Amino acid sequence: MCLAVPGKILKIYQNDTTKMGVVDFGGVELDVCLEAVPDAAVGNYVIVHAGFAISTLTDEEAQETLDLFDQIDAFQDEDNESIF
Amino acid sequence: MNAILDKYRSAELVEKVLEQIRNKVTRPWAIMEICGGQTHAFMQYGLTDMLPKEIELIHGPGCPVCVTSLELVDKAIAIASNPNVIFTSYGDMLRVPGSDQDLFSVRASGGDVRVVYSPIESLRIAKENPDRQVVFFGIGFETTAPSNAISVIKAKTEKINNYSMLVSHVCVPPAMHAILGSSSNRVQGFLAAGHVCAVMGFAEYEPIAVQYHTPIAVTGFEPLDLVLGIYETVKMLESGIFEVRNAYPRAVTREGNKAAQSIIRETLEPCNRNWRGIGEIPMSGWKLKREYADYDAEMRFDVADIKTKESEICISGLILQGLKKPFECSAFGNLCTPQNPLGATMVSSEGACSAYYRYGRK
Repeated sequence: MCLAVPGKILKIYQNDTTKMGVVDFGGVELDVCLEAVPDAAVGNYVIVHAGFAISTLTDEEAQETLDLFDQIDAFQDEDNESIF
Repeated sequence: MNAILDKYRSAELVEKVLEQIRNKVTRPWAIMEICGGQTHAFMQYGLTDMLPKEIELIHGPGCPVCVTSLELVDKAIAIASNPNVIFTSYGDMLRVPGSDQDLFSVRASGGDVRVVYSPIESLRIAKENPDRQVVFFGIGFETTAPSNAISVIKAKTEKINNYSMLVSHVCVPPAMHAILGSSSNRVQGFLAAGHVCAVMGFAEYEPIAVQYHTPIAVTGFEPLDLVLGIYETVKMLESGIFEVRNAYPRAVTREGNKAAQSIIRETLEPCNRNWRGIGEIPMSGWKLKREYADYDAEMRFDVADIKTKESEICISGLILQGLKKPFECSAFGNLCTPQNPLGATMVSSEGACSAYYRYGRK
């Protein structure tokens, strides 16, 4: 239940009163409720739990953590500080 | 995006972090990953054996399938046995042993028990079958709460009156209080579950870190995320810092997802909850609010008088509290296997026993 991988929103639609989307998970398309990600647009990535998107994700955010590696690798991070 | 995410599985980057952990660690530390999904991920990627021997991972109770009380499993079985009911559930719950049988055996005896991927799907089944009662087994931590909650909101808005939910919601922070406040506690640092925090944020963990002098790192699920969570926790432990750090910033903010929180607040309120194998933890769960009581399956069906009977051999309670490892159970791998589980920890894709069985850890 917790190993949600991000999926890409292919389409947004309305099902009665519910904002839904078709989300692509590496080739598998699933219907997902988008009620808690009001700003999500087609092409965005979302983390989905039990058919419900709980978080959006951008390329920039995903890249940010990776950029911290230069710090770790160069032993520049201090013991008492977070690298994040 | 996929190319970026691939890097979170890069063996080279993971090894770099592992090397830094080895450099920082000077003495033994016991760190609990609260989330069962992370227990499996650590083993699936072989990370447990790559960590320095000073780091012991203690597996937490963060497996909703495992901690759903026997009483509620028995209630689910009683409701599902009703011929006018379509009982819907996440797949893992079907094999969880009740006192006498499981939901699979209800289905084998002719009960209409269906696996759904989400409660929204269950709601659709209710719309398509107006003459039947459709019940959803609403289990889970804060991650599934918005999904389960929205189905009840939509049922009320759209007047889908043949839909109801058997609610078994549990919350992480009260469980952490119970673990850290116990006289037998060995946990010195925590990996907080990334997706629980994606919903709830992590401000509510800050007082826990301070009160129990226990550092907490919000941690994701890819191999690189997992070792980064350990890395941040070890740094805090070695420096005597007791705070919460976010090692999963691409998905988690301190405030969390406010829209999801408001969906939870609209429908659910805190309650005492009985955790299977652990016992009652005060205000550790959520139940439906009075305004949504019409959609509460426990009110709709007469299941008040359930007498439960737990397996005498299974030690899942001790495993869920981090006091025993699965291989310390006499039934592990012989009397108890994923095909014939004695306890829920052997059933679930997030249970510690099933992880040890699947990845061959002794």
